[in-house]
Amino acid sequence: MNKRPDIDQMVNRLFSGDRRATARLITWVEDGMEETREAMRRIYPRTGKAKIIGITGAGGAGKSTLTDHLIRKFREQDKTVGVVLVDPSSPFSGGAFLGDRIRLQNHSQDDGVYIRSMASRGYLGGLSRATYDVIRIIEAMGAEVVIVETLGAGQDEIDVIHIAHTCLLVVTPGMGDDIQAMKAGIMEIATIIVLNKADLEGANACLRHLNTTLSAASFEEGEWVPKVIPTVSVGGKPQDIQGIDELISAIQEHHAHLQKTDAIDQIKSERVEHELGLIFKDELQKLIFKGLKGTGRKKRYIENIVKGKDDPYSVVDEVLKTYIKTKE
Amino acid sequence: MAETKKKKIKVLVTKVGLDGHDRGVKVVASLLKEAGMEVIYLGMFQTPGGIVKAAIDEDVDVIGVSYLSGEHLVFTPKIVAEMKKNLLDDVLLVAGGTFPVEDIPTLEEMGIDKVFRAGSLTDTIVQYIQQNLKR
Ligand code: B12
Ligand SMILES: Nc1nc2c(ncn2[C@@H]2O[C@H](COP(=O)(O)OP(=O)(O)OP(=O)(O)O)[C@@H](O)[C@H]2O)c(=O)[nH]1
Ligand SMILES: [Mg+2]
Repeated sequence: MNKRPDIDQMVNRLFSGDRRATARLITWVEDGMEETREAMRRIYPRTGKAKIIGITGAGGAGKSTLTDHLIRKFREQDKTVGVVLVDPSSPFSGGAFLGDRIRLQNHSQDDGVYIRSMASRGYLGGLSRATYDVIRIIEAMGAEVVIVETLGAGQDEIDVIHIAHTCLLVVTPGMGDDIQAMKAGIMEIATIIVLNKADLEGANACLRHLNTTLSAASFEEGEWVPKVIPTVSVGGKPQDIQGIDELISAIQEHHAHLQKTDAIDQIKSERVEHELGLIFKDELQKLIFKGLKGTGRKKRYIENIVKGKDDPYSVVDEVLKTYIKTKE
Repeated sequence: MAETKKKKIKVLVTKVGLDGHDRGVKVVASLLKEAGMEVIYLGMFQTPGGIVKAAIDEDVDVIGVSYLSGEHLVFTPKIVAEMKKNLLDDVLLVAGGTFPVEDIPTLEEMGIDKVFRAGSLTDTIVQYIQQNLKR
């Protein structure tokens, strides 16, 4: 039971598309296991080729239902699909109810689809800290498309832009005022604004409103202009479902745009830059707390800050000086 | 910040077959969440194959099945067989719901690690899971 896991073997199984190995590697990342670092080192070079689609939007807007349709469409094109579904952890118990998978039942027996639910575990921004590495793992497993559903977003849950090539923002009719408030921040991140539940009252007014808002915004020559796509993603009859083909076309159009303008390279660089920053932050903190361990200094620093004899900025400066020789 | 992270317990709870009673399973899901576990709810009308595939993808420690429609003796062997086929020998299998007491030994012989009938106390369920994980 306490046998050290064989990293080589796990990683090779991942590369061969083995779901058990994939799933276990993801758990290692989520639980911050020591082995993660070595495993990720080997996994990274095998990543970066999948198309990554982010889906964000308020709770209950229809993100999972739309994800289900997207999976179906990509499977029709014979593409293998990975899905990451993030839900919030309870700040009180640390537990989580991960319920997005209920809406993805159509793919429960399809070996071409890998679905993983994750709790945010206190990480802000609509994702979990592990999400970044988890997507890399799913890419290395062989998924050609990776869809990431963030937890029900308010205004600030937009970290998905650091990962996704194409970012869908799902809104619904009756969110009029919210959309108004949104336009400054969250709307700018969207590649495509999906007006879901277009069967509900107020959809037309909302559509007009979205289009007006967008046409008022200015875009540079050659820059992608966000599209608004109305959809109906549930219904008693197949013909009730609307807008999904248009949504897929818009995603493909955006993909072509990225290739044509080499914006894709910029997105990939930004993704790496963001990941690098996160890893530096984590590793540096670990390194420093490890260095202070057993010296009694950490406790002393904290006491002094509490008593008002010192402040955290001075402490960090002092500690960092002993680790890093900055060129000044 | 704590340096040693405790491994989170991940549980998959589900209904199977045509059983449309989902109140109990949702109650159990939220109890386990409140006890600090990460709970994936698969929903109703699941198949043994689909349940086990989801358990593999999600790398759960526990599968919990809820039975209230008298199909427990039909589906249990099928779920156990799927688990065996996929070598899921480190996953705890528990069940709950409404069925005759006499069926409990049969269910356990079929391969369910522990059965919780209606009225089971939260603490009992939580403690059992915490103390009987297979990995
Ligand atoms: C409410 C109810 C309904 C509701 C369900 C609403 C819903 N969305 O859940 C409705 C009205 C829809 C309904 C319909 C039917 N019902 Co009904 N229903 C009940 C009733 C009265 C209560 C069930 C309940 O919600 N209990 C409350 C919850 C919280 O308790 P629980 O589910 O037992 O869960 C607890 C434990 O068992 C345990 N647990 C449960 N699952 C799990 C899982 C795990 C992993 C763990 C660890 C623990 C655990 O923990 C929970 C908390 O303590 C029961 C009677 C009974 N004694 O169970 C009949 C009962 C289950 N129903 C029955 C029947 C026959 C039907 C119908 C066929 C009736 C009909 N002719 O139309 C339909 C079938 C619907 C279907 N598709 O399956 C029979 C089943 C008989 C059988 N075993 O064959 C029962 C037993 C009534 C009876 N005595 O005849 N029903
Ligand atoms: N009327 C209508 N209802 C819809 C539509 N799409 C989804 N729904 C319903 O909206 C509810 C929420 O859908 P989900 O797909 O779970 O929404 P979500 O954004 O993933 O929700 P969270 O993950 O909880 O934030 C469900 O009851 C769906 O059936 C639609 O086009 N029209
Ligand atoms: Mg969802």
